[in-house]
Amino acid sequence: MPSAKPSLALAAAALALWGCAQMGTGSGGMAAKSADGIPLGTSSPHPVQPLPDKPRLGHAISEADVAAWNIDVRTSDGQGLPPGRGSVAEGREVYAAKCVACHGADAKGGAVYGTMVGGIGSFTTNARVLTPGSMYPYAPILFDYIRRAMPMDKPQTLTANEVYALSAYLLQLNGLVPADAVMDASSLPKVQMPNRDGFILDDRPDTKSVRCMSDCK
Amino acid sequence: MAKNDRRDFFRRSAALTGGAIAGAAAATSAARAAPLAVPPTNQEPGRIIEESAYGVPSKYEAHVKRRRTDVLKNRQNLSDWSMTPLQYQPGIITPNGLIFERHHAGTPDIDPRTHRLVIHGMVKQPLEFTMDDLVRYPSVSRFHFHECSGNGLTDWVKPASTTVQQTHGLLSGVLWTGVPAATLLDEAGIDPKGKWVLFEGADASAHTRSVPLEKVLDDTLIVYAMNGEALRPENGYPVRVVIPGWEGNVSVKWLRRVKVSDQPWYFRSETARYTDPMPNGKWRKFSMVMECKSVITSPSGGQQLKNPGFHEIRGLAWSGSGKIRAVDVSTDGGKTWREATLEEPIMDKCLTRFKAPWDWKGGPAVLMSRAVDSTGYVQPTVAEIQKARAIAGFVQHHNGIQPWAVNEKGEVRNAIGQA
Repeated sequence: MPSAKPSLALAAAALALWGCAQMGTGSGGMAAKSADGIPLGTSSPHPVQPLPDKPRLGHAISEADVAAWNIDVRTSDGQGLPPGRGSVAEGREVYAAKCVACHGADAKGGAVYGTMVGGIGSFTTNARVLTPGSMYPYAPILFDYIRRAMPMDKPQTLTANEVYALSAYLLQLNGLVPADAVMDASSLPKVQMPNRDGFILDDRPDTKSVRCMSDCK
Repeated sequence: MAKNDRRDFFRRSAALTGGAIAGAAAATSAARAAPLAVPPTNQEPGRIIEESAYGVPSKYEAHVKRRRTDVLKNRQNLSDWSMTPLQYQPGIITPNGLIFERHHAGTPDIDPRTHRLVIHGMVKQPLEFTMDDLVRYPSVSRFHFHECSGNGLTDWVKPASTTVQQTHGLLSGVLWTGVPAATLLDEAGIDPKGKWVLFEGADASAHTRSVPLEKVLDDTLIVYAMNGEALRPENGYPVRVVIPGWEGNVSVKWLRRVKVSDQPWYFRSETARYTDPMPNGKWRKFSMVMECKSVITSPSGGQQLKNPGFHEIRGLAWSGSGKIRAVDVSTDGGKTWREATLEEPIMDKCLTRFKAPWDWKGGPAVLMSRAVDSTGYVQPTVAEIQKARAIAGFVQHHNGIQPWAVNEKGEVRNAIGQA
């Protein structure tokens, strides 16, 4: 956020140079990592806006106004999961009606997409296996992704109960919940995913090349 | 600067070729078969200006097009990508019709009159903005490269792609215009506990990513224009995020929602997709900076050198960690290197053009470029990256050195993993 307020003359000079985007180039004061340790790269902050007053053109709304858009789930603990519930058996029915055409019988892959079953332990071989058992450290990722993006020809049309049921069914096909499991805002985040601890923070740069000019290698 | 540039060029070229260029010039001075005729375009009027029209390139440039990958067979084209023809791009700016595309459920056509942008979550006052509101804010224009994290993922250890469009074309150079994200977030009032920001699209994938607040406040833009006109639909019309120097996927297009929280969300794209395999069986997450990289765009894969003699090696270099400090080129597969000339302007997190004269003797050669950025980071070879990461399957964040092999016929081929 703009912090210092330069004089009006300085601000005008900054404006004149703006088009070149040559200002604030890497030696800025931004920390190299975020508070959570994410590498941020170098800073290229914007010149301070040379206005006496902020425009304040936004229109105040309430969280209730945003409810239909507010579909994100914090998948590590399930914050944002809605009311509702769904069983493995119900999920099997929803799957047969709305998913099987692309993903195939028993979610083993179909005409368009590969399998959503198996892959547990695949981390040790490093090849990316796009299954919940391999690449989803948290079970609510299933809920968030299905609700926002599936089915591909009609996304954001499934009910919360249908999405919980599909989550239960896919987890059961992967052997991660029993056949009588029921998923809701309380039970889904508690499902232990195989690769919960399989991810590490970005630790680049991870190469230290030297600028050899002759007789290299 | 141009003067120094030229002097530098001649000095290097003389040192390099040792007079071979002068010899070649003498050899081409023979008389042509027939004297030059007056062209018909001199002898009849051209087309008149239409009353109103959007200009298009010459019909003789119709081959300069974006294209989808020809390496993979995509069984659906809703989650798909097209690539920029870098071999035809002479400068650092990519024309709007050639900027690469990547989206996860097709391109929506959004009416700017009804589109709304919302900021909410851990803020003092949730806010809604119309497009008319957004364009009234103090605006900023900035040049930046834009690169997909998957650029080059088909070509790590052996050649799969023929042209630089296919190896490196998930890359474009753009002048973005919009509002600093900090301006809008400041108006909503960020909760002191807020640390992460969600960006979400109004497309059929409702594409979304978590971004650390520090980066959002530092240089992130809410953008409505590119290269002097409104965003193109495939690039996020009417409004998108641009997060300079980071993998393109975080620069969410068709932006409808911004939410502040104290933790990341760990969306599917943040665990299953945009992560990197490590040799110890772990996967690296939130690897978002696009590291220093370069590629020779001419001569490049699929091209044909017509004659021995003078050729200018040309290419692009860029870094998500700052400015390009230097680019070296090799014509012998990396045994010896010399510094190329960088062309102004050299801007932060932006494509930078480099050039080096080359006297092709007519024999086999392997061309490479190696960029150094303002942090001192030197672009690695794939072999050096492989010491740190597991390169198995479609791995992202490929910034390895690209070799192009030239044979005695002048044919240029992708030589990744072979040089």
